[in-house]
Amino acid sequence: MSQEYQRVPIKSEADIVLARQGGRRLAAELGFSSTDQTLLATAISELARNVVQYAGTGEVLLSAIAIGSRRGIQVSAMDQGPGISDPELAMRDGYSTGGSLGLGLPGTRRLADDFSLVTVLGEGTTVTFKMWVR
Amino acid sequence: MASIQSALTDADWMKLSADLSSQIGELRARAVVLDLTLMDVMDSFATRVLRTLAQTVTLRGAQTILVGIQPDVAIAMVQLGLAQRLDGILTALNLEHGLDMAEALV
Repeated sequence: MSQEYQRVPIKSEADIVLARQGGRRLAAELGFSSTDQTLLATAISELARNVVQYAGTGEVLLSAIAIGSRRGIQVSAMDQGPGISDPELAMRDGYSTGGSLGLGLPGTRRLADDFSLVTVLGEGTTVTFKMWVR
Repeated sequence: MASIQSALTDADWMKLSADLSSQIGELRARAVVLDLTLMDVMDSFATRVLRTLAQTVTLRGAQTILVGIQPDVAIAMVQLGLAQRLDGILTALNLEHGLDMAEALV
């Protein structure tokens, strides 16, 4: 299913910008509308920021995906950080342990397809979602 | 008046916030116009910084006016639930309208 891979190491805040710019570029190539490019870039920004804030380092994987004639992007943000002790709570609007607005994860889930959050305490967190060309 | 570049890092945002807060005093400003025309993304961090900045500006006796938020950015902010976090902050279509609004406040 995957045709193309792009790996963006997340080591500092500056890498958040690189990750979202990479996502936007790929989305533009695949024919996403400019609104959807912005939605995707915003979602990537939220996830990459979570990596920096809670785990320090990690990576964002951007892949072009296709099912039949449908094209899209899969985004994975992964880290080997402390994990999320209460993932259900973390998905709630306005909940944050990091002094943010607590809208990153729930907002991303709302606007993306096939959102998944896999977290193991002491081992890390992987958030994956897809967005399709509409 | 401050114009925000597209790819501000978190550290840039923090510096901007501190600089503007002190400049209000130095310039005896009544309004702070922030031009967001070049912002390609407004995520929850940027929104929180702007909200904090606007609250600080209010406590310093001035008003914040956000101008130039692009249509795609506005849509994304609404969908992410970020827009409501900026409730109470003045906005204008572009710099010209924002400066008119600022003049009306003085």
